[in-house]
Amino acid sequence: MALDKSEVEKIAQLARLHISEADTDEVASRITDILALIDQMQSVNTERVEPMAHPLDVTQRLRVDTATEKDRRDELQSLAPAAQDGLYLVPKVIE
Amino acid sequence: MIEKTAAELSQALSSGELSSMELTQSYLDRISTHNRELNAFITVCEESALEQAKAADEKRASGDKSPLLGIPLAHKDIFCTKGVITSCGSHMLENFVAPYDATVVEKFKTAGTVMLGKTNMDEFAMGSSNETSFFGPVKNPWDLKRVPGGSSGGSAAAVAADLCVMATGTDTGGSIRQPAAFCGITGLKPSYGRVSRWGMIAFASSLDQAGTLSKSAEDAALMTNVMAGIDSKDSTSIDRPAEDYTATLNDSLDGLRIGIPKQHFAEGLSAEVEQAVREALKEYEQLGANITEVDLPNNHLSVSAYYVVAPAEASANLSRYDGVRYGHRCENPIDLEDMYKRTRSEGFGDEVKRRILVGTYALSAGYYDAYYRKAQKIRRLIKNDFTKAFEQVDVIVGPTSPHTAFGLGSKTDPVAMYLEDIYTIAVNLAGLPGISIPAGFANGLPVGMHIVGKDFGEGKLLNVAHQFQQQTDWHKRKPNFEPED
Repeated sequence: MALDKSEVEKIAQLARLHISEADTDEVASRITDILALIDQMQSVNTERVEPMAHPLDVTQRLRVDTATEKDRRDELQSLAPAAQDGLYLVPKVIE
Repeated sequence: MIEKTAAELSQALSSGELSSMELTQSYLDRISTHNRELNAFITVCEESALEQAKAADEKRASGDKSPLLGIPLAHKDIFCTKGVITSCGSHMLENFVAPYDATVVEKFKTAGTVMLGKTNMDEFAMGSSNETSFFGPVKNPWDLKRVPGGSSGGSAAAVAADLCVMATGTDTGGSIRQPAAFCGITGLKPSYGRVSRWGMIAFASSLDQAGTLSKSAEDAALMTNVMAGIDSKDSTSIDRPAEDYTATLNDSLDGLRIGIPKQHFAEGLSAEVEQAVREALKEYEQLGANITEVDLPNNHLSVSAYYVVAPAEASANLSRYDGVRYGHRCENPIDLEDMYKRTRSEGFGDEVKRRILVGTYALSAGYYDAYYRKAQKIRRLIKNDFTKAFEQVDVIVGPTSPHTAFGLGSKTDPVAMYLEDIYTIAVNLAGLPGISIPAGFANGLPVGMHIVGKDFGEGKLLNVAHQFQQQTDWHKRKPNFEPED
């Protein structure tokens, strides 16, 4: 199926990506091509097929619910573009 | 000596003929001469490499006999390395220094290897030519106007050009095997879950697997011995007893049942590649193997299913890059929304954005059943095809790629690029192990032969690859590229 400009804008919004007005047409056409490739799947009847989420069909291993990680807040926050007093700083959200 | 395999160098180191310091310096010198033209390394760790080499020599002097002690290797820049930048080939992580080592990195440190540096790759491992890297494309040492394959193209080119003995890679849809084929080396993708993914930057979590790029199957076995095993930090790593993959390398292939999928020798395969692979199969007949045709009727759907599963998982995994905790942040955001959008649009390249958009679309309200769920069902059909084929045969053999390395900049259509991985993708969807080994040449460029095994059949694959390498010298051929000076 072909994507139009407004659909590309909607997906870009969901993905928190900015696509410039000038690029929208090209992005729409590239994604339309990819969706055409993907749509080859629809030619096969999979009505009674069980979906496969994991190649070995194993289930998630659980561990005891105890804290094992040490507090490394300062070390990890040193990577942040902006942090102060143990907090991550972002543009003002509430006036 | 730089052209030797890890197994050979290990002997030279243990006999005292050579020190790790000397060996490491030789590779550092070669990197400094050739990396500018090949662009295989993003980061070179000269100082720490020599320190690690010195420590390895001291350990050896005090009696340590670990097989890879003092062997210089490179890690794909997708593995987190404490104190060294891990960029994942992206502007988003251009200056990211991980606060920890990936499990794979830690295991190689414990084994006493020397890390020469971090290798170039397609951005976030999304690509089949290394051209999506923020740091520019890697050149194929066999022909500098051609791509090395991707996404582990830097690792493959570095091993092929003797800039290191061996390198790590990751394979989500063919990213170890296809560059190994294009560069004329050995590339192993183990079974899903065999190697820990902890500290390996995520692309598509149900497909990603770490593996090896090396000069021989024997070296791949030595590396896999180090890498494989359960890890409490990766809940998808599989709890299986450790194996010594070198122990079965010399098993006889008499009576081995090889299946060749008719779908891998059909339209789209170059005649020269087909001829090289068919010649290689004759070697196996000489070794006592029986060859029969097998059917993988849903193989043609693998690329379609993959381009739902991989982008969907990528769109979720890459949502973490928001400019808050680490990585790139845009200048002067006007509000939070603006910060997210501009950070991500500036930080990611076109191919990564395209896959995020496709994945977001496939997972958006109303489309889940038609796309992600459908793809998971196709995945089951693909796995069933392999299960059925493996009732008749021990391994499945075919070409790794439909043709040899293509020209830099020659594939601009994303869909054409995706179809590059037509023979490798199904193996990731099914979680099986696969290896590519050099099988000959076509017009002066290396041809890769792809061998697929049963679940956790790495030992058998390495055995089958090693026996071929005892009869042939394709894996010993070296590219002759012009030095810069």
